[in-house]
Amino acid sequence: MKQLMKGSAALGEGAIQAGGGAYFGYPITPQNELTEYMSRRMLEERRVFIQAESELAAINMVFGASVAGARAMTSSSSPGVSLKQEGISYMAGCELPGLIVNVQRGGPGLGNISGSQADYFQAVRGGGHGDYQVIVLTPASVQEMYEMPSMAFSLSEKYRTPALILTDGILAQMQEPMELVKINAARSGDQSWILDGCKGRAPRKIRSLLMEEGALEAHNRHLQKKYIEIKNKEQRYQLINEQAEIMLVAYGVSARVCYTAVQEANRKGLKVGLLRPITVWPFPEKIIQELVPQVKAFLVIELSAGQMVEDVNLAVNGKTPVYFYGRAGGACVTPEEVIKEIGKI
Amino acid sequence: MPKIIIAQSKCKGCELCILACSKKNIRLSQKMNKKGFHYVEIIDPDNCNACGLCFQVCPEVAIEIWK
Amino acid sequence: MKKLFGKPESLTTVNHKYCPGCGHGIVHRLIAEVIDELGVREKTIGIAPVGCAVFAYDYWNFDVTEASHGRPPAVATGIKRVLPDRVVFTYQGDGDLAAIGMAETIHAANRGENITVIFINNAIYGMTTGQMAPTSLLGMKTTTTPFGREAKIAGYPIKVSELLVTLEGTTYLARGAVDSAKHVLEAKKAIKKAFEIQLSGKGYSLVEILSQCPPNWKMSVPESLEYVRKEMMTQFPLGVIKDKTGMTV
Repeated sequence: MKQLMKGSAALGEGAIQAGGGAYFGYPITPQNELTEYMSRRMLEERRVFIQAESELAAINMVFGASVAGARAMTSSSSPGVSLKQEGISYMAGCELPGLIVNVQRGGPGLGNISGSQADYFQAVRGGGHGDYQVIVLTPASVQEMYEMPSMAFSLSEKYRTPALILTDGILAQMQEPMELVKINAARSGDQSWILDGCKGRAPRKIRSLLMEEGALEAHNRHLQKKYIEIKNKEQRYQLINEQAEIMLVAYGVSARVCYTAVQEANRKGLKVGLLRPITVWPFPEKIIQELVPQVKAFLVIELSAGQMVEDVNLAVNGKTPVYFYGRAGGACVTPEEVIKEIGKI
Repeated sequence: MPKIIIAQSKCKGCELCILACSKKNIRLSQKMNKKGFHYVEIIDPDNCNACGLCFQVCPEVAIEIWK
Repeated sequence: MKKLFGKPESLTTVNHKYCPGCGHGIVHRLIAEVIDELGVREKTIGIAPVGCAVFAYDYWNFDVTEASHGRPPAVATGIKRVLPDRVVFTYQGDGDLAAIGMAETIHAANRGENITVIFINNAIYGMTTGQMAPTSLLGMKTTTTPFGREAKIAGYPIKVSELLVTLEGTTYLARGAVDSAKHVLEAKKAIKKAFEIQLSGKGYSLVEILSQCPPNWKMSVPESLEYVRKEMMTQFPLGVIKDKTGMTV
């Protein structure tokens, strides 16, 4: 049965249905509705909710809850996610699962509170210090906001690395019909690293400090091997009009704008399609490489000054022209603007 | 008679036990351990009363006392 | 023959990396002895800080995790809320707890988290070789206060335990030292009480331990002990600072 639900609430409910055991948040617009939703629902479900003293504290509470074996998460918006980067790096170094939600707003600095996609680089290039990656998922509907936490927890546990849901203020505040489908809450992956007291086993240590000769290099090799496996196995995307000559590439809210633009362009007889990355790390480069021979041009649409376009360029590797249109600073692209850009090609 | 065992390899010669010993019965050895520290030794084993003060202040947990 | 004194089960046999005369090793042992005596080794989760005690996870024979600089109270909160029947403690130095991690310290205390905090106050950043700490005494020469700490430039030494007194969430706050066998034994009693408070679900406990740092204080070990007794204890008096339990040590 369909019902109306707000994006942030859908994401929160999805995390709860996915077995999220602990949520730690800190107020920042435009993600407050998520923290507020969790403050009520987590207590109703007798799970852990804390409004932390800062984003730093919140991510480190996630670290602790993850160490203790819970499906743990936090959410914030761009400036707050910057503060969490240290903790995310530690989680990646310690190989801890966990979910971070970034409801992106305009930047840099305090920026504004409009939806934006300007944190793409931060999300897909590690974000904090050291050589690491987090798995980054991008919902484009309230339905996906609801279903994605389960996928994020599951991938995060399977590969023992943090996962990030990269969304924005528009999707989080949007209401649309969705269905509370059954969510898979089964925990995945090995659990023989959890700290719950050493009863009946040898004590376990969780650490990212590796001072012994060669140990840190070996750990990095292990991490990179894992990241390559994720890259090979977990690229996800949605493709509309696979025979298109002009392929739009957009994720999240800008993909929604592009749905409309594609329909409009098709009505006009233009062979336009849309590739919507669902994972932006790993970036769906394989499908782009497969599309290269038939596509005359890629047009990347983002609510940023041009970030994901770099990944498209890397995948295309100069074999086909890649165009970009975007608006930064919390401004939104319209379908008309996209049509106009298509016309320029 | 108590038996005091000092793990010479763990000792860093900080002398906290020498200061703590109620019998003034511990001293620095002339010899060094592998780490290059002069380790401590009991002067007269028969004079130890197993009070454990040396153990209490030893940061390396290098002292064991049996009785 | 019976072993009267020796390594507790909750300590590993790994040699400490600490400098000669450092108090960390003593406090590690006290915690291990208390955990053994309470019979909770198999349900204890420790949190090691950033600082000299960063390798603490190698020295304890139970589950231990690292935490980023200053965040052990937040990590402890996450663990304890998920596993409320486990024994969770943080081990933190003055830089970790009272400078970069002061917000986490105060808010974990204010929430009355049912955790134990062992706070090593040696008035200096040891691991980074002797910079001024929030607890450095006025006049103290460090590598970043070469002319001595001056209040006009660097403020005053923070009395952490006294600072936490006003917070409703704190149950037990005590200060000890490890400069002598007598004080070591008293410190152990305070640590034991702190863990007992946690086990009985009575809330947040913190034991501050004044510790000597001979190399970074540029002192011999006997001089450093004198400094603890004459200077540190004047600024940071020993004793129970707050006890809401009415339990006697």
